[in-house]
Amino acid sequence: MKTFVAFIRKEFWHVLRDTRSLVILLGLPVVMMILFGFALSSEVKNSNVAILDYSNDDASRLLIDRIDQSQYFSVKERLKTEAEIERVFRRGEARLVVIFPQNFQEDLSHTNQVQVRFIGDASDPNTSNIVINYASSIFRDYQNELNEQKKLPYTIETETRMLYNPQLKSSYNFVPGVMTLILMLLGAMMTSVSIVKEKETGTMEILLVSPMRPLLVVLSKAVPYLFLCFIDVVIILLLAIFLLDMPIRGSLPLLLAESLLFILTTLSLGLLVSAVVDSQQTAMFLSLVGFLMPALVFSGFMFPIENMPLPLQIVSNIVPTKWYYSIVRAIMVKGLGFSYVAKQTLILAVMTVVYLTVAIRKFKIRLA
Amino acid sequence: MTKSVIHTEGLTRKFGDFVAVNAITFDVKEGEIFGFLGANGAGKTTAMRILCGLLEPTSGKASVAGYDVYRQNEEIKKHIGYMSQKFSLYENLTVRENIQFFGGIYGLTRKELREKTAVLIERLGLNQEADKLVGSLPLGWKQKIAFSVAILHRPKVVFLDEPTGGVDPITRRQFWDMIYEAAHEGITVFVTTHYMDEAEYCDRVSIMVDGSIAALDTPSGLKKQFQAESMDEVFLQLARGAKRGE
Amino acid sequence: MSTVRVENIKKTYEKGQVLALDDVSFEVKSGELFGLIGPDGAGKTSLFRILTTLLVPDAGRAEVAGLDVVKDLWKIRQIVGYMPGKFSLYQDLSIEENLNFFATVFNTTVAQNYHLIEEIYVQIEPFKHRLAGKLSGGMKQKLALCCALIHEPKVLFLDEPTTGVDPVSRKEFWDMLDRLKARGITIVVSTPYMDEASRCDRIALIQKGKILELDTLDQIITRHAQNLYAVDADNRYNLMNDLRKNTEIVSAFAFGEEQHVTLPPHFQDKYLSEFLKEKGHTGIKVRKIAPTIEDTFIKLMLENQ
Repeated sequence: MKTFVAFIRKEFWHVLRDTRSLVILLGLPVVMMILFGFALSSEVKNSNVAILDYSNDDASRLLIDRIDQSQYFSVKERLKTEAEIERVFRRGEARLVVIFPQNFQEDLSHTNQVQVRFIGDASDPNTSNIVINYASSIFRDYQNELNEQKKLPYTIETETRMLYNPQLKSSYNFVPGVMTLILMLLGAMMTSVSIVKEKETGTMEILLVSPMRPLLVVLSKAVPYLFLCFIDVVIILLLAIFLLDMPIRGSLPLLLAESLLFILTTLSLGLLVSAVVDSQQTAMFLSLVGFLMPALVFSGFMFPIENMPLPLQIVSNIVPTKWYYSIVRAIMVKGLGFSYVAKQTLILAVMTVVYLTVAIRKFKIRLA
Repeated sequence: MTKSVIHTEGLTRKFGDFVAVNAITFDVKEGEIFGFLGANGAGKTTAMRILCGLLEPTSGKASVAGYDVYRQNEEIKKHIGYMSQKFSLYENLTVRENIQFFGGIYGLTRKELREKTAVLIERLGLNQEADKLVGSLPLGWKQKIAFSVAILHRPKVVFLDEPTGGVDPITRRQFWDMIYEAAHEGITVFVTTHYMDEAEYCDRVSIMVDGSIAALDTPSGLKKQFQAESMDEVFLQLARGAKRGE
Repeated sequence: MSTVRVENIKKTYEKGQVLALDDVSFEVKSGELFGLIGPDGAGKTSLFRILTTLLVPDAGRAEVAGLDVVKDLWKIRQIVGYMPGKFSLYQDLSIEENLNFFATVFNTTVAQNYHLIEEIYVQIEPFKHRLAGKLSGGMKQKLALCCALIHEPKVLFLDEPTTGVDPVSRKEFWDMLDRLKARGITIVVSTPYMDEASRCDRIALIQKGKILELDTLDQIITRHAQNLYAVDADNRYNLMNDLRKNTEIVSAFAFGEEQHVTLPPHFQDKYLSEFLKEKGHTGIKVRKIAPTIEDTFIKLMLENQ
């Protein structure tokens, strides 16, 4: 036990003296949260709109006003001819062009049939979809107002409610994502690099020629990173709550406990890597390509897993980040209790045990 | 009188308060084999880096191959060769590729490169191994190739930093044969070593203690001066007096 | 009684492609200072790694203090001290922290075995808060020795402890080994420096995975008597070339300012002086000398080629 404590103390010295890595370790979550929170938002705000209004009547003016006043749009330009549309898109002056036909108001009130055209810039299909949806809803609202006055029978009204995240805030998506990525990156990469470093510098050679058991070497290497990862979780949660106004709906202790479990999973992955790899470079490369990439692709954070072809969906099941991501979302965003995340928890626990067992088995008690 | 290829006067380099090289003055003549000895931490490496144009001195004068170390360090690099025990060749390139790469760095033309490579491989007796990876060759061969590569562009001076560490006694001597040959062809050789018998192969030897040159003479002159049997004794007498806590 | 016993050890790397040790056998007596002398790549490190349980030999067996290096792995790890060839301490920990750490790893404390390292440690103690990475070669070497000694090992394995270290520090290091030997610790040390052979009780000359000779220094040199002459002349470059070209001469190698020339047994020094005069040399000096260990090593190398 004394040896174990001495070993852990030594590991803390390594970590604390390597100021550059420490800054990265603790600064990375902050930078990522700020980036995702403010710079890399997937919400569309203040998109430029160009208008081509052939009718120029009260109804069209009212609608143009509404578009301009919405937080999603600002009307930048009035076009005269359809020929100008191409120019507007080419120069990137607008994401959307709205075309009102001639006699808009008249046709609307007399024939009940009128066509307004939206032209979007689909070189960025996601944004263009979102923009057109927003614009359509403005027109739908107006239509509903008119209908209320007329009391038309047989209309189906669809009412959409976005549960858990009514304002469609992207932070609900990326905070769990950032947590997953950071833990995967730091937990797996830093642990593996720190063990492999001992192999590279030759200190492992002396440790091996000592009565110290490999299990002890391996476990004590992981302890400081367990602390650091946990601190990162706390940093991310604090930033989410106080900087991004994102509430934690479910139980905080449960969330922390699940995070601890996931940290253990990533640490054992790191240990596994270090057991089979001999250079820091390989360890780093393997962690980035082998863990970070799948974490990005298969967690559901960037790309919805449901949209993937079946084989990839199956593959996603062996990626631990997927399960943790879903746990965090369930607890933080949906406010669900343990019974809803029991399955994911069990999967993570099994993965951890497997990784750790293999890592310890693979850990060489000799040099070759 | 032969001219000086390396000339220093009161050359000094400080790192903060620490005076690594303390006002050293010496001349190395053309075609000379100059042994540059000193205990670990005596300032040898710093002095050598200055002469190679890698480090600017704090004060004093120094010129190498006629170029000033303050202003013309790029010119210096073109006219010297350098070989150290630690970095010499790329292990994952073949012998031929290494020779061509280093020759290319010094601006040899393609034709020159091809000719010189062929001559060199022939001379080293490496026809069989020319296309093997350097990493798979024994240490002694690597060192011989590294030396040949360092003088491929006919530099005025070649700097050798502990070139023979860990090599077997025969290879070590073969290596020195190559050094003699290079010197005979007019290349000045500036060499550091921890083998004291190698110090005796040099035309003149300087011994650095605590950043200064404590002695400089021919090996026999030094032995006479310190009434010693061998260079080993000379070295021990001088280096024992070192104050610097390494 | 022998503390280390090596029997017909063979070790290869890269699936048998590279032969590191070829049927090596020797014994080290209890309390002996035993030197493995040979150049880089001779197989010294492989041998150390086998004896310190880090590698398993392909064939043959080895014992340390009566324990088998393969089967009794954990027992051996308790009683040996090992200093690898490369400086292998934590560069980002101080002298004191390194020492304390390794003491704990071996289930002991610095205080408990301070008497063993005191003489060495006092030399580096003034710098005990300095990080190991910032130490000079001689100091690193002393610290590494302290760390290898801290658990009072029965056998000490030192792999090239003096490589790249200046002659003064090397001499100090061997003085330290003498004092450790006096305490009864068996020491196996390797070195590429031939002149250090005289500091060992017995030596093994090793080259390309084979032991060329094994005995006390004097015995080895006597056994391989040579008809050896030290030769000097005014023009050393020509002297060297002329000697190499003479096919009657067995070998000629530079030794310091002189050439050491081995002649066939029945030749005399007169042969050399006449040959050199014929070649037009001046200031010719020829004297018969007794071979050094380096002469002997060269002879053995040539015989084994």
